[in-house]
Amino acid sequence: MMTRLMATERQGALILSGLVALAGLILAAAGRGDPMGVHGWITLVFAGGVLLIALRALDAPEPTEDRLASYYDDPTKVGILLALFWAVVGMGMGVWVAAQLAWPELRFDAPWSSFGRLRPVHTSGVIFGFGGNALIATSFHVMQRTSRARLAGHLSPWFVLLGFNLFCLVAASGYLMGVTQSKEYAEPEWYADIWLVIVWVVYFVLYMRTLARRNEPHIYVANWYYLAFILVVAMLHIVNNLAVPASFGAAKSYSAFAGVQDAMTQWWYGHNAVAFFLTAGFLGMLYYFLPKRAERPIYSYRLSILSFWGIVFFYIWAGSHHLHYTALPQWVQTLGMTFSVMLLVPSWASAGNALMTLNGAWHKVRDDATLRFMMLAAVFYGLSTFEGSFMAVRAVNSLSHYTDWTVGHVHAGAMGWVALISFGSIYAVVPLLWRKEAMYSWKLVESHFWLALAGTVIYVFAMWNSGITQGLMWRTYTESGTLAYSFTETLVAMRPYYIARVIGGALFLAGAVIGAYNVYMTIRVAGHQAPQIDYPTGSEANEPAVPAAE
Amino acid sequence: MSVRERDPLTGHETTGHEWNGITELNTRVPRVIWWAVGITHVWALIYWVLMPAWPLVTTYTRGLLGYDDQERVERQVAAAYAVRTDWTTALATLPAEEVRQDAALMSHVARTAPSLFGDNCAGCHGADAAGGPGFPSLVDNAWLWGGEAEAIMETLRVGINAPHPDSRWAQMPAFGETDILTRPQVRIVVDYVQSLSGLETVATQERLAEGEILFAENCASCHGEDAAGNRDLGAPNLTDDAWVYGGDDAVMFETIHNGRQGWMPAWEGRLTTAERMMLTLYIQDLGEEAGR
Repeated sequence: MMTRLMATERQGALILSGLVALAGLILAAAGRGDPMGVHGWITLVFAGGVLLIALRALDAPEPTEDRLASYYDDPTKVGILLALFWAVVGMGMGVWVAAQLAWPELRFDAPWSSFGRLRPVHTSGVIFGFGGNALIATSFHVMQRTSRARLAGHLSPWFVLLGFNLFCLVAASGYLMGVTQSKEYAEPEWYADIWLVIVWVVYFVLYMRTLARRNEPHIYVANWYYLAFILVVAMLHIVNNLAVPASFGAAKSYSAFAGVQDAMTQWWYGHNAVAFFLTAGFLGMLYYFLPKRAERPIYSYRLSILSFWGIVFFYIWAGSHHLHYTALPQWVQTLGMTFSVMLLVPSWASAGNALMTLNGAWHKVRDDATLRFMMLAAVFYGLSTFEGSFMAVRAVNSLSHYTDWTVGHVHAGAMGWVALISFGSIYAVVPLLWRKEAMYSWKLVESHFWLALAGTVIYVFAMWNSGITQGLMWRTYTESGTLAYSFTETLVAMRPYYIARVIGGALFLAGAVIGAYNVYMTIRVAGHQAPQIDYPTGSEANEPAVPAAE
Repeated sequence: MSVRERDPLTGHETTGHEWNGITELNTRVPRVIWWAVGITHVWALIYWVLMPAWPLVTTYTRGLLGYDDQERVERQVAAAYAVRTDWTTALATLPAEEVRQDAALMSHVARTAPSLFGDNCAGCHGADAAGGPGFPSLVDNAWLWGGEAEAIMETLRVGINAPHPDSRWAQMPAFGETDILTRPQVRIVVDYVQSLSGLETVATQERLAEGEILFAENCASCHGEDAAGNRDLGAPNLTDDAWVYGGDDAVMFETIHNGRQGWMPAWEGRLTTAERMMLTLYIQDLGEEAGR
């Protein structure tokens, strides 16, 4: 892949990775005896590896391909493989921590293997590792195709992809060492946060530059969503992570906010991470891969507009519903709740738009598991957005808050929506990227689909039962006006559901492992086939330019 | 290349845009969506008018209903207390024997005490109150500080080796570490104490005789000449089959050699007198049930 870069780009890669390695060395030196030092070494080794790859290809001949006649897909390919790697790691961790809740002995008494340290490895591994890589990879793919333009730059996509994965690596290893800001989904410490800002700004610039090169007069819906994802995540990340490092030699910082302001900032971030990372970006995926696979026009352009602006406008207000009945002033709770309910309409408009697009292609949904992944994702998107708005109502929240119902809701979204649309998109795009006839085995795609569906349903039902039981037990009073159940009794009542959750999670993980294997085998053995058109075409004339060299 | 086409399936026109084969229909937004937008927005508007909702510069719109979370929760908490006041006052003031005579009071105890025990005691003493190494069983009728209601109430109030100013205080000295006894002597005492509670021992008569002397010199001051313990000092009875830390060789060696000083929190300030009374009655009954 290095040899497809021009000599100047390879030199650039060398310099960049050298600079990152140097930063790692400084971090290692400044953080001696602290987890920050370990992160320095990890950065050094990571950047050193990239540097070696660049060095080995430094004297390679200049590439001969006509770059304007093809899309640049190497970063997409690597991104998809990384997404699958993180899927297996992140979901594996999820099954482990779920099992710890049912069988606490599985904690094994080591500090790093305690629930509190493994859980963020699971959440970050799945959301950022799997979801993030899938988003970056598909955004590169979709942006080029819908703009009929090659990526603007050959170094920056790599910088974005590898830089982001370095962030994920630092985050996950930090959790195991006990490094955390104690902010959910924003656990990594200050130096990792600063690094992510750099990576993200490069991502944004790359995206805008590519968009500016487009050979299409209009910007496709998917790109609105990807753009919203990139832009708003940058804003959220920067504001919520404003902090003062306790020292420049250690992984410890203090938030710029205190008390209820800190809580509100965190959940403004947290809920919009759900909105703009886990929703907007994946809607971008849905809007491209679903109509593409179904070969049907989007049901309604007007509905797309309504739901896009509805989603980006209403979501930003909704975060305070995470803090109902707390020290947060009631008027903030009111706004969070009412905006959450108004948000339901554009959310369902999106889900409806996707499902109505399938009209005329339902026979394909029946026959094609890849399209079925996307269809089911849209269904779960509708279900979990309804559930989210419902749970945001204060009266409902007074029962559901702090219970497993929340966990079930998040997983209906993460497994049913985010993971299913990602897997569907991956199955759609892998044969195209690697120039293959089809996936290695459609039967494996089919079994992945059923495992994922069964796993999600078992998981979500278990958590609904567990959460509602838990919430009701907490609020049950005796005739004497005293609490009827001790906390331990609620745990005993939840245990069967915890075991069911392990089973559901394990099925889902098994599906992901099968998916990774299927992708691997597709790359290794599936038959070669070049698609008819998969290269940029000029804007005026629609006739194809010279097809790209394979 | 803005060519509008008509989708044969739906009869709707496309927008004329095309991206890598994807087109869009220009379908109207279905009426049901506009209805839903209208309903949710009107509902939100009504809610804003009725409830605290929008920030102003130094205050916020309070809403026509005058609803206030803070005030409401205070009222509810006060109401909940009021419902319980009659019987909790009785529990806090009457002696245990009188409470036991009152069936109505005892039914409150029966309903409330299990979850109180589960939330406050079970963490150490176990859900079945049978204890574990370092945490005494509460159902074996072997009491360190006494099993009468007054004694249990006091233990709950002040704790054992707790930061409470009146805390009960007890320490098993580290006879080995402080060189009061040599390691072989500690082993002799272990054998002797095991023989007291009828545990099988292979020790010779001479060894036991030596143990008796060591016991009298070092242990009897707290555990008593007859080794039956002393509840004023929290010294366990060594002649029964109840062990706080365990009665096997290794554990007993550790106990005598390194000493012990367990602790129990003081519950005054964390639980009310009425709650402590309920727990007292509850664990007395647990012990009796187990004894039967």
